[in-house]
This record gives sequence, C-alpha cells and structure tokens, in this order.
Amino acid sequence: MSKILLHGTEAICEGALRNGCRAFFGYPITPQNEVPEYMSVKMPQLGGVFVQAESEVAAINMVYGAAGAGVRAMTSSSSPGVSLKQEGISYVACARIPCVIVNVMRAGPGLGGIQPAQGDYFQATKGGGHGDYHLIVLAPSSVQEACDFTYKAFDLSDKYRVPAMILADGMIGQLMEPVELPPMRSLSDIPKKEWATDGRFGEKRRILNSLLIEPDVLEPHVNELAATYEEIKRNEARCERYKTEDAEIVLTAYGTVARICKSAADKLREQGVKAGCIRPVTVFPFPEEAYAAVAAQPSVKAFLDVELSLGQMVEDVRLAVAGKKPVRFYGRTGGNVPSEEEIVQQALRVLAEEKRI
Amino acid sequence: MLKILLAGQGGQGVLSAGRFLAACGLHEGKEVSYLPAYGPEMRGGTANCSVIVSEKPIASPLCTVPDVLIAMNAPSFHKFAPRVASGGIILVNGSLSDCYAGRDDVRVYDIAANDLAIEAGDIRSANMILAGALCELTKVVQERSFINCLNEQFVGKPHVCEVNKRAFAAGVAAVKEKDA
Amino acid sequence: MKVFEKTKMLTDVHMHYCPGCTHGIVHRIVAESIEELGLEQKCIGIAPVGCAVFAYNYFNCDMQEAAHGRAPAVATGIKRCLPDRTVFVYQGDGDLASIGMAETVHAAARGEKFTVIFINNSIYGMTGGQMAPTTLVGQKATTCQSGRDPAVNGYPIRMCELLATLDAPYYIERVSTQDVKHVLAAKKAIKKALKFQSEGRGYTFIEVLVSCPTNWHMKPVDALHFMAEECTKTFPLGVYRDKSAEEGKEHA
Repeated sequence: MSKILLHGTEAICEGALRNGCRAFFGYPITPQNEVPEYMSVKMPQLGGVFVQAESEVAAINMVYGAAGAGVRAMTSSSSPGVSLKQEGISYVACARIPCVIVNVMRAGPGLGGIQPAQGDYFQATKGGGHGDYHLIVLAPSSVQEACDFTYKAFDLSDKYRVPAMILADGMIGQLMEPVELPPMRSLSDIPKKEWATDGRFGEKRRILNSLLIEPDVLEPHVNELAATYEEIKRNEARCERYKTEDAEIVLTAYGTVARICKSAADKLREQGVKAGCIRPVTVFPFPEEAYAAVAAQPSVKAFLDVELSLGQMVEDVRLAVAGKKPVRFYGRTGGNVPSEEEIVQQALRVLAEEKRI
Repeated sequence: MLKILLAGQGGQGVLSAGRFLAACGLHEGKEVSYLPAYGPEMRGGTANCSVIVSEKPIASPLCTVPDVLIAMNAPSFHKFAPRVASGGIILVNGSLSDCYAGRDDVRVYDIAANDLAIEAGDIRSANMILAGALCELTKVVQERSFINCLNEQFVGKPHVCEVNKRAFAAGVAAVKEKDA
Repeated sequence: MKVFEKTKMLTDVHMHYCPGCTHGIVHRIVAESIEELGLEQKCIGIAPVGCAVFAYNYFNCDMQEAAHGRAPAVATGIKRCLPDRTVFVYQGDGDLASIGMAETVHAAARGEKFTVIFINNSIYGMTGGQMAPTTLVGQKATTCQSGRDPAVNGYPIRMCELLATLDAPYYIERVSTQDVKHVLAAKKAIKKALKFQSEGRGYTFIEVLVSCPTNWHMKPVDALHFMAEECTKTFPLGVYRDKSAEEGKEHA
C-alpha cells in the first residue's frame, strides 16, 4: 500500500478509526484541535458518534458511558485538559472500562504555553488521578507510530480492560510525514464484550461501578488491578535501541526527542564518539530489562537522559539502571526543544566528566 | 538529506509551499518530514516550517541548522540567515528584503519573487517562484515530480495550476540567469 | 386474588434509605413505568453520587455508576452510541444542580434523548445535611446553621425554570411525593417522559420533590407537610415544557 502525507493528529485519528473506534468526545485545546476537527468529519461518515463536549470533564465521562456500553471510544486533549480528565480516568481505571485517551503534551505547569513539552510523564505513568492505578501508556516518536500505536492501544486496552493513553508531545501533533495506513478493521472482527452495559442483559444484568465501599471488597479489586499491571509489565514492555552495541554514551529519551537524540548520536559518531540511543516505546510499562541489559554492557560509561521537562522519566531510567552506570540529565522546558548540537555538547560534557572521575 | 527552512509572513504561502515540497519528495518515494512552527504566529505574524527530504530515514525533524533557507521577507531573512549551515544556500525574496546576510560562507540568491509572481499572473505564487529556484539549485525534487504534484493538487483549478507552473518556471529561470 | 405485585424492575436488595425518605417511592414508580412500557430489555440506568449512589443495586437493569455530577455526560455517551435503548439518569440536587450543573445544562441544550429523574430534597443527605443548591431561604443546614441567608449563601436554583429557557428540551415537569395523589401524578409524569424517550422525541426532565426527615430534623409526616407547604412555594409544581402539547396545538 502506498504512503500518504499526514499530520500526527490525523494519523492518531486514522489509527483509531481503522481499529473500530466509533465514538469520540473532546473539547478544543491547542495543540490538538485537529483531532476533534478531523473526527467531527470522519466519524459520521463511518456511522460513529462525535460530540463536542462542554468540558474535558464531560468528554471523559462520555467516554465512560460509550465505552461502558461496549463501543470503542476515545478522547483527546492537551496537558491542562488532561489534568481535568483525571477524575474520569481514575473512574474508568477502577471500573475497568477500556478506552483510549490522547495527550498531545504542551508546556506547563498551569496554563503554561502551547509549544511542545513532556511535563506530564509522571501524571501519565504513575496514575495521574486519585488511587492506585496505571494506564497502558504508548509514546509515539513519528507520525507512522502515532497511527500504529493508537491502533494498537485499542487492542491492548480491550485485552486487559485497562485504559490506554497515547502520550505524544506537541511536535507529533504538528509534524507531517508519510504514513502507511493499516486496513479498516471490520467491527464484527472485534471481540464482543460480555461485561458491557448495552441494555440487553438477558438473564444477568451488568453493573459498571467504581464504588466498592467495603474494605474487604475494594482491597481484592485493587489487588486484581495490580496483578493485571504486573501481567502488562511482563508482556507489553517495548523499547527501541539504536547503535547501543558498542556505545560508550547512551542517550535516552521518548517521543520526538528520541529522534533528535538519534541525530545527535550520528553526529557524535562522526566525531569518533561511540554514542547510541535507547527509547521506551511503552512508558508504562517501562522497559526496565532492556535498560538493565544496556547498563550491564562494559562499553557503556554513562547514560544521558534528555527530556522536555525538569526530569521525570529520568527517575524510571535510574531505577532500571539501578546504579550500574551514572545517569545524567539534560532537559529543556517552557516549550523549547533542544537541538541535536545542544545534545552533542551535553553528551561530550558528560563523557569528559566521567573520564575525569 | 536536505534540510530546508521556509520562513516569511503569515499569508505568503510559506506553510503551503513547505507542505508541497514534502508531498513532492514523497511522490518520488523519498523520506520526508514537514514541521510547521505554530502558535500565535499562526495568526498573521511570522510563519516558518522545516522540511527535510532524504534518501534515508529521517531522525530529527528539526532544521535548527538548515542547508537551505527560503526567506520570503526581510525579518525572516535576518532572523534565520545566521543559522544556515556553512556552505548552505539562502533564497531571499528581493521584492521585500535586502540581501545582506553578513557572512560569506553561504550562497545568497536575491530573487524578486513578488515581482516575478505578478508577471506569472498572481502575487500569491511568490512561494512557487522560490520553490522553483530551490529545485533548480538543489535538485531536491525533479521538475517533473513538481509539475505532477501541481497537476494533482490543483486538479479542479486549471487556472491556478497554470499560474503556479509559470511561477515555478520563472523561479528556475531566475536562478539560471544568476548563475550564468 | 392477587392485588399487588412488586415490579420486576426492582431487585430484592434492601434499600439503604432512611425511614420516611421518599426516594424508595421514586425508585418504585420509575421501575414500574419502565416495566409497564415494556422497556425492560432495552434499559440502561446511571446512578449518581449522593443518597442514590447505590441505585445500581436496586434497579434491575444494566447500570453504570457515574462520577459526581457526570451522569448526563455518561448518559450522552451511551445514548448516542445506542440510540434505540432507553437511558435514564437518577440524580440528586447536589449532583445535578451543583457539581454537575455544566453537564446538566449542556445535555439539555444539546437535546440529548434520555430521561433525567432529578431528586430535589433541598439538602445534601448522604454527607450529613450540608447546604444544597436547592436549600430554601431560611432552611437550616450544617453549613448554614442559622438558616440559608441570601446575603451569604445566595438563593436556591430552580432547575425546571432554568432548563425551560433552553430550546431543545422536549418535556420538563416538576412533581412531588408529598401524598398519594401527588405520587400518582409523579408516576404519570415519569411514565410520560420515558414514553417520549422511547419514541425518540427528545430530552425529558422530571424534577421530583422528596423529603429528608433525617437531615431536616423532622418526623416523616411533618417532613411531608413541609414539602407540601414550604418546598412547593420555592419550587412550584407543574409542566414547564411539553412539546407534545405544542405539537398537538399546531395540528389542531
């Protein structure tokens, strides 16, 4: 199949639509307005539902209703809007309603700015709302991945009955690249959800609920969720390595920043410095084993974690590297994006410091 | 791999030209990326976008050090000229800008894009004048691909298509004249 | 001879409502209406946060439990995806008129084709008697212990009147549970709303005045009198919108 030129936001929509998403609820916020705009046109053409909600809070609760009724449903927003959705995300997580939430991250905190950022890593990977829960979180670094990961997110979410999130930075939203679209999946091909409250309950009615007021009922439920997260960690952790085999300095980042790191690694190699990259594809579950394996390589002198934040993923990197090698950090915030030249300089600085020690 | 930064004022067709170049690259089966700068600039201020056309997969989509700068007005010329890679090319719209880059390690082509566009039939085709000049200088995409993509994009608007073709040809000619 | 039978649309679970509370009556008339209209196998209910938080244990149909105030958004999601089902939300005054005001007003403005059962007892019952958006002027609550003072707390919100300013709603009525006659009228209104929904007519909203002897600190009978005499002054009973009647006039 031939490739077409698509925006990241459009690719996210196509990934969703082609894997049976038939309900979208959203509220305008820069830089992801192209998602609801695209969905408002495409969804009715496919017989699906599009509603511009009155708020992000309402949008995630519409997802709760629609996905709870058995339909593949999605909402999309950017950082401040995703904060508003956290209440609903905690509820869908507890009620085990599969759905997909897209966060095209912009700079924070507060109203912040509208340029790319990665300041919502903690929120996305550690729960985000109240209570003990996680989402399955995929971090695309290209427009093709924006499509593919959104497609995959629906299957993962259904499989585990855990909501999934696409954690994209603002650059993914604006970037246009060639994409090979997956074929349109038939709705009849998607496994039926016996637990869904579709009104046709026959003998045994279904209840979707996040209120388990008896401690001895809630605790087993939370433990069951935790067991699912462990299963997800075992099965679904993914990462990409680039020239790490002989690397002395390993650059690590997620999303589009990882691509800038790749270019920086190439530049470093041109200068005779053996640089490589490792990038988590799933930021929850975090690919701990892959990081541990790279850290164990004798060639590796240090890691340099690069983020559009003050250092969030770096904590997971340090946990995975577990003191085997130093993990240094370089971050830009406010919507600024580091150039490959900047990352090269930082990598050289880190290596120089390590050699001095 | 060629990194192109297109800059100008909102409404000059900077973003549409960037997108079009990416589409032409894809037409030839090349790897491409197009990254517009967005924000308050979208609302009538300055506009710029980064386009990369490459034989190999593209890692970073940023053009912090572009190989080519297409500057459609004076503010964007002076803002981005210092960033161009040594040995790179600057195409500046001479109708709206001077052409003093303050450095001698880049080639500066002063092309009166607005005037040529008016001659071609529509001032809005100034972006295609500079795109034509770019293609002639760098061969980033072949002329044939460019024309094919124009035919495709303006399939229902033969007049617009013709204007853009004339503008493209005028851009090519302008560069040939300067290099002659 | 069988003179009475419990509706199939209610489960056998013991309700948790306080003695003298009329919530149970409303549950029953909603359930009976669903059964009498033959909607049992196409019905989805949404429970709120508040006194009716356990409603999913009582209504014998598929149920979703919503976050506080979000039931109309949840119902929008369900009804838009499954337009041939009967969807009802059951919400109290704090849930519907305070924290969920935006969801309520916008669902009404969009003309979502589900039915809202709005329980107005002018107090936060579940959390122990705090002031509600519908607490009457002068009425005591734990967060306005000398009685609601408009200078400090503002005035109660009249939801039927407010929603009747919108174009989309199809049917809006305020009813009461103060005595048998009014309960029968309430059932008639609820049944009418569910019937309109099953016919795909539009947004239907029934506000039901309910007593709260526990938090009003009254005997159950006194609470019913208070509802009849005081609550109805601030919240007059009646039909605030009935497009079927308007349509009837046009046809005549």
